[in-house]
Amino acid sequence: MKELKPAILLFIIFTIICGGIYPAVVTGIAAVAFPRQAKGSFITDKGGKEIGSSLIGQPFSDPKYFWPRPSAATDFAYNAIGSGGSNSGPTNPDYLKTVGDRVKALRDTGVTGSIPADLVQASGSGLDPHISPEAANVQVARIAKARGMSEDEVAKLVAAHTEERQLGFLGDPRVNVLEVNLALDAAK
Amino acid sequence: MFVQTWLLPAALLVTATIVAFPLSRYLAWIMNGKYRSLPVLGWFEKSLDSGPQDWKQYTGSLLIFNTVLFIFGYLVLALQPVMPLNPDGKGMLFPSTIFNSVISFMTNTNLQHYAGDVHLSNFSQIFFCIANMFISASVGFCALVAIIRAFRGDSSLGNYFVDMWRVLVYMFVPAALLFGFIFVWQGSPMTLKSSYQVTTLEPTAMGTTDKGEVKRQTIVVGPVAALESIKMLGTNGGGFFGMNSAHPFENPTGLSNFFNTLAMMVFPFALVFMYGRMLGRMRHSYVIFAVMLTLMAGTVIWSVCYDTLRPNPGLTAHPVARTYIIPNAKAPGGKQAVRLPAVAGLPLDQHLGNLEGKELRFGTSAGATFDALTTDVTCGAVNAEEDSLNPLAALSPMTGMWLNCIFGGKGVGMINMLLYVIIGIFIAGQMVGRTPEYLGRKIGAREVKLAVIALLVHPLLILMPTGLFSATSWGLKAVSNPGAHGFSQMLYQFSSASANNGSAFDGLGVTFGFVNNPNPSPTAIPWDIATGLVMLFSRYLPIIAPIAMAAFLGAKKASPAGLGTLRDDTATFGFLVLGTILIVGALLFLPVAVLGPIAEHLGPIPFGG
Repeated sequence: MKELKPAILLFIIFTIICGGIYPAVVTGIAAVAFPRQAKGSFITDKGGKEIGSSLIGQPFSDPKYFWPRPSAATDFAYNAIGSGGSNSGPTNPDYLKTVGDRVKALRDTGVTGSIPADLVQASGSGLDPHISPEAANVQVARIAKARGMSEDEVAKLVAAHTEERQLGFLGDPRVNVLEVNLALDAAK
Repeated sequence: MFVQTWLLPAALLVTATIVAFPLSRYLAWIMNGKYRSLPVLGWFEKSLDSGPQDWKQYTGSLLIFNTVLFIFGYLVLALQPVMPLNPDGKGMLFPSTIFNSVISFMTNTNLQHYAGDVHLSNFSQIFFCIANMFISASVGFCALVAIIRAFRGDSSLGNYFVDMWRVLVYMFVPAALLFGFIFVWQGSPMTLKSSYQVTTLEPTAMGTTDKGEVKRQTIVVGPVAALESIKMLGTNGGGFFGMNSAHPFENPTGLSNFFNTLAMMVFPFALVFMYGRMLGRMRHSYVIFAVMLTLMAGTVIWSVCYDTLRPNPGLTAHPVARTYIIPNAKAPGGKQAVRLPAVAGLPLDQHLGNLEGKELRFGTSAGATFDALTTDVTCGAVNAEEDSLNPLAALSPMTGMWLNCIFGGKGVGMINMLLYVIIGIFIAGQMVGRTPEYLGRKIGAREVKLAVIALLVHPLLILMPTGLFSATSWGLKAVSNPGAHGFSQMLYQFSSASANNGSAFDGLGVTFGFVNNPNPSPTAIPWDIATGLVMLFSRYLPIIAPIAMAAFLGAKKASPAGLGTLRDDTATFGFLVLGTILIVGALLFLPVAVLGPIAEHLGPIPFGG
């Protein structure tokens, strides 16, 4: 068993490096170089109080706000302590019915034409902060009516908050729901 | 649209290949011990060196070290409630879940029967997850290096502890630091804080608690970036959060997704070239590389074609109402009638493909690409739900796990490939009636026996437990989807465990949770134990048997190549290996593929429309 001594020694050294030195170095440099991201990319109100993270989606149901994607997070939608997706198989009859119900609910709010799939298919994390520009545009009429704004004003906000692909090919064009809703509140 | 779909996978494969080339030179240089270390590091290295080892001593050291790892991992998780960095007071996981998780992280699998954001404190994330991710990734790497030394005919296989030290200190730590900074820059949190409570912009939309108060959103943070980088680089795949690389904190942007995906590819790619460099047979490694790259491109193209380019036909128009009888173990009589009403075009704009379980910030084909690559390199992280992939698309990640040699995990993927190479040469030798040779050494009965043992462990450990669970309530009570998809869920879980992959069809009910959870999944315990044992055996047997095989082969006298020698650096040889992999793989796994994904595609609710 002469191998036991180096095994334990190696294990102790590795634990110190991987569990102590390495996280400490990353934490230290992150805190200096990228303090906002390292903390969690929080958005604060005027008083400096956190109202959310720009990376973590929030639920909205009021007609005057843009609505996010359906969320299948554990227990309740946009539960940031229980990220998760629906795990529904694509041919699961319950799943097909769920999507059908979501389409119907959107129809009832006055959406006509084809419905962007991201508004009725749940995201992987249940916390996706974005919707597609198409999904934002089908909501413009409803929001303009609820807020007494012109549709042009709302559509302009959507355009201003549409993020393009990084480097031209990474990601789909998308709108951050929380940020565009904050902009709506600021505008009216 | 065409460019948007294919540019990402193409860019990933090309970038990884380009990076792998210089990286392999560095890896070979380090593992050959050509560097001069700093005095402090040199002192550590010297005190670890227990001298040159033969194959029994080398594997013995490997097993002893892993035993230490198991004991420590079990202690960290079992003692979680009393350890520091646990402001939310997270309790102890159920013992069978701890057993499963410790094996899972020790074997580089990272199958998670818990959710990190719910069940682990920051102390456990750092000292259990991060530490194990570094260490377990290094183990497979060392095994490959030992095999190379044996093939080279070196007098010893080196020293296991020195090899571990080299891999960790000179490769994984620097690389993890670099990628860690990229991930923080893109938005991954890196803090020792545990969570924040925020009142959302429209507070009532979160719903109310039992006391009638408006729920607040609890945002979990922690040392995410540090974990993320080694999770991907070490092809570990165990997420900080339950939803892994789909979670916005683990993978905040399209750019972070590119680096996330690239990180899991670079080392497996580089190892193939390192093999050639250390043996002095670069052309042979190019042939192996080409075979692997072909298979990898195949799996990616397959999943993109069937998931991104063929969205769910069940969500488009079906003009007449139809009733289907589908099998469902939970329904009375085992059958369930499903009526799909006529919809004059369920009017979905699906130009982005199947979006269920996908995130928008990664891009159109990013989910399908990632899901294929993650099983090819046995990483097991996911940025999109595997469970919600279109039926035929799900064949792609399964194939990656079944073949288990499309680059594969750190070292072990390359080792599996060598087994196929040996078997391929043996078959070719039988066909032409010549004694098969590899690297100029005759392959005897003993070597072939060891190779076949190592190769057969994997299918046996997938097919037998899948059969057992799908015939008993252990499996039938755990599945969350009826019919063939439920079978796929069980099949996937054991494939993932045996391939030491760690991704899952996550709908499967395998989570017990904390020890005092009043409401666990009823079948969590059998799943914990069964997959735990599968991971254990399918990790160490396919490492030990090939090391022994290589040692026996390397001890033989090398004879110079003659006219009748099967050359191992030609296209012919590449096709021979490719054919061996495809035929052996198909013989082993086609039947279950038909019972799972292919049956789901065909119906009773036909996926074709």
